[in-house]
Amino acid sequence: MKRRIPLLIAFFVGILVIVAEFIPHKPFGTLTGGLEDWFMIIAGFAIILGQMNLIKVHVLKIKHKLPNWQYFIVTIVSFAVMVIFGLFWGTEDNAGILGAGTSLVQSIGSKPFDYMFNNVYQHLSASMFSLLAFFIASAAYRAFIGRTTESNLLLIAAVLVMLGRTSLGSFLTGWLPDALSFLHLPNLAEFIMKYPNTAGQRAIMICAGLGIIGSSLRIILGIERSYLGGE
Amino acid sequence: MKMSPENTRRTLFTLILIGVALPLIFKLGLPIESSENVQMVYDLVNGQPEGSHILLSFDYDPASKPELHPMAYAVARNALERKYKIVCTALWPMGASLCADTFKRLKEEMPGIEDGVDYVNLGFKAGGIVTIQKMGSDIRDVYPADMSGTPIGELPIMDGIRNLTDFAFVYSFSAGAPGIKEWVMVAHDKNKVITTGGATAVSAPAILPYINEQKQLHGLLGGLKAAAEYEKLSGHIDIATSGMDAQSIAHLIIILFIAVGNIQYHLIRKRKRGE
Repeated sequence: MKRRIPLLIAFFVGILVIVAEFIPHKPFGTLTGGLEDWFMIIAGFAIILGQMNLIKVHVLKIKHKLPNWQYFIVTIVSFAVMVIFGLFWGTEDNAGILGAGTSLVQSIGSKPFDYMFNNVYQHLSASMFSLLAFFIASAAYRAFIGRTTESNLLLIAAVLVMLGRTSLGSFLTGWLPDALSFLHLPNLAEFIMKYPNTAGQRAIMICAGLGIIGSSLRIILGIERSYLGGE
Repeated sequence: MKMSPENTRRTLFTLILIGVALPLIFKLGLPIESSENVQMVYDLVNGQPEGSHILLSFDYDPASKPELHPMAYAVARNALERKYKIVCTALWPMGASLCADTFKRLKEEMPGIEDGVDYVNLGFKAGGIVTIQKMGSDIRDVYPADMSGTPIGELPIMDGIRNLTDFAFVYSFSAGAPGIKEWVMVAHDKNKVITTGGATAVSAPAILPYINEQKQLHGLLGGLKAAAEYEKLSGHIDIATSGMDAQSIAHLIIILFIAVGNIQYHLIRKRKRGE
């Protein structure tokens, strides 16, 4: 019974959503409208659940002194600081428990939450992403080696796109006459992106779509039960 | 002299650092050409009647800010110049703050624009594709108030806006999922609303198939280069254009290192064959 009820709910909800897609009138349209509301409420609660999970996982790691446990303290402290700032003084548009924090705004220029978000989080986050440039450079140097015909094709396409997708491409071949404009690097990059890339991407998308249909049917029909947890 | 892998990596990192930093200080002014997809977006943004309502969705976080924020400035500035009414939403939690940041800067440039009249930030809502679906039937159900808590019914900008079909077009600044794909699937495919957007350069190839005969996606700004192209088209040279010089040099350094790596590999192979 413990497993049968969730399976029945998944079956009816799945069938209902599929039917409503083809017959969006009453009662199907109204019922799926209600389901959309439920989903958004559950998604909101999922954020709270995620925060609780973050605290639980990191506190346990600190408690058991797992490798690099000191970093987990930084996570917990950062989390607590942002929550406290947000709750007590609010954000740019909203007041917190202690009011609008006017005196703080006068001294630091913005509310503590916004100050931390704009001056710490944004820069740290952008820096982490920017580091990718260095790793990509290192990986490209080691991986883009023309060993076989296929790897040579990949190498040529990559170099053409890398040049064509920057201003350098326009600079290097901008002098070409109109009759040879197809050799202009941005045009070559555009061609690669528009035809071979799109063809490959479409194939992947169609396969992924078929895979999603297959796995959705397995869930609706109760064949796939891993989402219920347990064994 | 053979360099150790560790030293090679250090040299590469140092050159990338110099290659990115110097063009940001000393402008090279490399040429920028507009591509077909950017032109499509520009024509769409500039082809609506004055006072049209448009929806900008900030579906990214600070990690993608260097690529997507310049786009947000360029498109929002252009739309405000055209006297459109901009309604902003966010499918990513940090998107709402980045939208606020965009309009804070634009308000300094255009002191005449007014929150709630010319633009409004409705904020973040969890739920991804389902949120868009719900906006397709009634936007007020999803957003009963804006970011500052003003009820949506009291905002002059929201007069006559009921659902997605009341917008001239939808534009998503997208760093992943939920983002452009979800807007295409629901706003365009289900509600027949013109959908366009901007994505990071790394995710653009996966979105390109949506630019097709059915115009599921009406053009695309892919990466910083597209943002720079848009700045050029709209006549406001800004941060995207200055960033392009740095990106161009970084790409050139990577290509040079790829060439060095290949020469090294083939020399070693030739030597081994000789032995």
